[in-house]
Amino acid sequence: MAQAAIAPPKRTTDYVARMGGVPLAWLGVLPFFIFAVMFLILPSLSLFTGSFTDAKGGFTLDNVLGLTRQDIVDAYVLSIQISVVTAIVGGIFGFFIAYALVMTGVPSALRTSLVTFCGVASNFAGVPLAFAFVAALGRTGFITEFMRDTLHFNIYDHGFNLYSFLGLSLTYLYFQFPLMVLVMMPALEGLRREWREASENLGANGFQYWRYIALPILTPSILGTMILLFGNAFGAYATAYALTGGRLQLVAIQIGAQIRGDVLHNPGLGYAMGFGMVVIMALSILAYTLLQRRAARWLQ
Amino acid sequence: MKRSTFWGLFWVTLAALYLFVPLWGAFDFSLRAERDVIGVAAYTRAFADDDFWRTFIFSNQMALISIVASILLIVPTAYWVQLKLPQLRPAVEFITLLPFVIPAIILVFGYIKLYSSDIALGPITLLPPLTNSDFSTNILLVAGYVTLALPYMYRSVDNGLRAMDIRTLTEAAQSLGAGWFTIMFRIIMPNLRAALLSGALLTFAIVVGELTLATFLGRPAFGPYLQQLGQHKAYEPAALSVVSFLLTWLAMVLIYFVTRGSNAQVTGAH
Amino acid sequence: MSFLELSNIRKQFSNVATPAVQDFNLKVEKGEFVSFLGPSGCGKTTTLRMIAGFEHPTSGSIVINGKNVIGVPANKRKIGMVFQSYALFPNMTVADNIGFGLRVAKRPKAEIEPRVAEMLKLIHLSDKGKRYPAQLSGGQQQRVALARALAIKPELLLLDEPLSALDAKIRVSLRNEIRAIQRQTGVTAIYVTHDQEEAMSLSDRIVVMSDGRMEQVGTPFEIYNFPQTQFVASFVGTLNQVQARVVDPSAGTLEVEGQPIVAAKAFDARKGETIAVALRPEMMSLDGKTQDDAVNRLVVTVEETTFLGSIVRTRARLRESVISFDTFNNPNLALPQRGEKITVAFPREAILLLKPSNAATENLL
Repeated sequence: MAQAAIAPPKRTTDYVARMGGVPLAWLGVLPFFIFAVMFLILPSLSLFTGSFTDAKGGFTLDNVLGLTRQDIVDAYVLSIQISVVTAIVGGIFGFFIAYALVMTGVPSALRTSLVTFCGVASNFAGVPLAFAFVAALGRTGFITEFMRDTLHFNIYDHGFNLYSFLGLSLTYLYFQFPLMVLVMMPALEGLRREWREASENLGANGFQYWRYIALPILTPSILGTMILLFGNAFGAYATAYALTGGRLQLVAIQIGAQIRGDVLHNPGLGYAMGFGMVVIMALSILAYTLLQRRAARWLQ
Repeated sequence: MKRSTFWGLFWVTLAALYLFVPLWGAFDFSLRAERDVIGVAAYTRAFADDDFWRTFIFSNQMALISIVASILLIVPTAYWVQLKLPQLRPAVEFITLLPFVIPAIILVFGYIKLYSSDIALGPITLLPPLTNSDFSTNILLVAGYVTLALPYMYRSVDNGLRAMDIRTLTEAAQSLGAGWFTIMFRIIMPNLRAALLSGALLTFAIVVGELTLATFLGRPAFGPYLQQLGQHKAYEPAALSVVSFLLTWLAMVLIYFVTRGSNAQVTGAH
Repeated sequence: MSFLELSNIRKQFSNVATPAVQDFNLKVEKGEFVSFLGPSGCGKTTTLRMIAGFEHPTSGSIVINGKNVIGVPANKRKIGMVFQSYALFPNMTVADNIGFGLRVAKRPKAEIEPRVAEMLKLIHLSDKGKRYPAQLSGGQQQRVALARALAIKPELLLLDEPLSALDAKIRVSLRNEIRAIQRQTGVTAIYVTHDQEEAMSLSDRIVVMSDGRMEQVGTPFEIYNFPQTQFVASFVGTLNQVQARVVDPSAGTLEVEGQPIVAAKAFDARKGETIAVALRPEMMSLDGKTQDDAVNRLVVTVEETTFLGSIVRTRARLRESVISFDTFNNPNLALPQRGEKITVAFPREAILLLKPSNAATENLL
C-alpha cells in the first residue's frame, strides 16, 4: 500500500497518493507514455541523431548539407509539387462538392450515399487503389479502351501516362478530394442561416455575403484542410510505390530504396532525408494548428 | 429545376463518376480473366492461392491484435487523463497528433534503425534486436499499426468519454463498491461501445491492406502479397482490389450505422 | 395612412396542412412599438419573417411607408432585424459588424466611422469596438446586434425574441435599454416574444396570436384587463377561468357549479348555454372583509395556501373548477387551512365573459 503521508488531511479520500514525490495517479498514464517513447519518439529521435552522425559515430553536418545534392533536391521538389497540386485541386474540387451537398437541393439519398462513398475513398489508398487505377486508366484500362474504341482517341498517343506525375496526381485525388468533402461539410453546415439573413437585412447581396462573411469564416477550414491534404500526399508511400515502382523519384520512394539497400551509399544521408521529411510535415501541421486556432477564436 | 440544384447535381455527378469509374474499371477487368468470356475465373484463382489465405489471415490477425492493443492502451489513458490528470491533456494530445507528422515510411525507417541492433546502456543490453525473430518483428508491426491508428482511436475514445460524464459514473460505481478493474471493464468500456467499434473498424480498414510497414519489416502480410501479385499477374490483383474495396466499404458502412447520431471520425492514414 | 399595413396575410407551408398564419390584419403607426405575443408555433415569427422578406406570404399584402413590398427582396427593404441568436458575424470586430450595412451600401468611410462611434455610444460599448463578438457576453452581443440593425437607419426594426437566450437579470435591464433606444431613435419596432411580461412592459400595443390567428390586439392595459378570448385570458395574466351556465342574459345572471353570480351588464347569449367566464383574482377577497359592492359570493374549499411574503396565494376548488387569488399578508390574521370551506366575495365587475377563441369582436363586458 502506498503511503499517503504528504497528502493534506482533507484530501485523504483522494487517490493522489505520492511515492517519492511522483503522484501515483501518474502511473495510470505510464503505459501510454512508455509506448509513445518506444515506438514514436525514440525511433524519430534516432533518425534525428543519425542525421548528425558520421560513419564513425562523431557529430557532423555533412548529412544535412548533403540534402542539397541535386537528385535529393529534385526528389523534395517533386514530392512537394505533387502534394501541392493534389491538395489544391482536391481541395477546390472537394469544396465544390461539399457545397453542392450542403447548399443545393441534391436529393438526400444521393447525398448520404456520396458521403459514405467519400468515407470509403478517403481510406482506400495503397496497393488496391493503384491497381484500380491501372484497370481504369492503364494502357488496357477501362477508360482508355472506352475512349479508344468509342471516341477514337487514344490518350496514350497524346502524351498521357498513368505512371507519370499526372497519373499519380489523378490517383492521389481519389483519396484527396473525398477527405476535403468530409471535412468541409460540417464547416459549411456550421454557417448559420441567421448570418445570411442578417447580411441580407443590412442590404448585402449574395456575392457580398460570400465575400465578407462566409468565405472569411470558412478560410481557416479550407486552408487547414488543404494543408492536411498536402501532408496526406507528401507522406504517402504505398500508393506511389504500387503504381509507379521507382519511376517517380519522390522522397518517400527514395527513402524506401535507401531502407532496402543503401542506394545513397551513405546511411547518414538517408536519415537526413527522413528528418527533412518530418520537418516539412511538422511545419505543415503547425500551420494547420494555427489556422484551427484562428477558426476556433471566431466560433467559440 | 433551380439553377443551384442543377450545379449541385453537376458537381455531385462528377464526384460520383470519379469515385465509381476506377472501381468499375477494376471490376470489369477482373471479370475478363478468360478470353471472350465474362466470368469469375480471376476470383476463383485468387482464392485458390494458399498464399492469399496465409497472408490475408495473417493481416487479419495483426489487425485484431492491434485493435485490442490500442483499446487497452488508449481507453485507460484517455479515461485517466480526463478524470485525474487534465493537466496532461495537451501532452497526450500532442503525442496523438505525432503520427500525422511521422508518415509510415519514416516510422518504419526509425524502427529498423533503432531495433535492428542491441539497445545498450554502456555494457548492459537493455533490449536485444527486435527484428531478429518473427515474433518480436510482429510486435514491431503491431506497435506501428497502433501508432498509425492512434490519432483516430484516441479522438474517437476521447469524444466518447466526454459524452458520458465519466466522473459521475465513476463516483457512482465507487460508492457501490466497484474497484478500478470493474469500473474500466464493466462501466466505461461498455458505454464506449460505439466509439470503440468505430475506432476498431477504422483500424481494420487501415491495417488489412497496409503495405509500407509490412514490406519493410518483411512480414507476410496481405499488402505486400497483393503488391507482389501485381508484378506478374494481371487479373487476380484486380479481383483482390475489388475485394479490398468491398471490405473497406463494409467497414465504413458499419461505422456509419454504429455512430449514427454521434459525430465520429471516418478517415484514416495513407 | 399607417406606416406599416399588413392585410389579409396568409402563409401556407407546402408540407403542413394548416396555414402557419391566416387572416392577419394589422396597422402600425410610425414610431409605434408593437409586440407579437404567443406560444411557440403560433405564427408570430413567421409573420415577422414575412415582413423582413425571408418568407413570402401565400396571399395578402404588406405595405411599408406606402410601398407594397411583396416581391421586394430582403436586402432591398431597409429593415433592421435583431435575432434570438444575435447572428453577429464572428469574423468581424464589433465595429465592423455595426458598420457592415453601411459598408455594403458603399457609403464613404467618413460617414461610416462617426456613425459606428455614435452607435457604440448608444449601446454603451464605446470601448469594445475592436473586440470580436466571441469576446463579449451574451447581453453585450445582443446590444451590438441592435446597434448593427439601427446603424443603417432602418424604417422598421424587427426583433425576433432577442432576449430569450439571455439570463433573467440581463433580460430585464436589456429590455429597458431596448425600449429607451427605440424611443430615442423613434424607429417603428415589431417585437416577437413568448414572454408576456416582456410584451407588457415594452409595447405600445400587443398582438396576441395563437394557431396562426390573431386573438386580440390592444394596449397592454387592454390585453391584461380585458382579455376577449379564453386563450388570451389563459395566456396573459392570472385570471381564473371557470365554466358558467347562462341563467338570464338580459339581467346578466349566471351560475357557476350551482352557485349564482351576476355580471356587470347584460350580455348576448342563449339561456342555458355554457360559456367561459374569467374572474379577476385581484378583486376577490375573503368574506368578512368585503367592500359593499362585492355582491357575488362563492363557497369554495381551500386546497393550498402559499405564503409568498407580502402576499398569500390561496388556491381553492369549487367542484370542478379551481380558482386562486391573492390576499395581502397580515400577521393578525389566521391563514385559511387546507380543507377549510371559505366564501370568496367579488363585485360584478370582476366577471369577464370570454369567447371561445379567435373570432374577435367587440368586448362583451
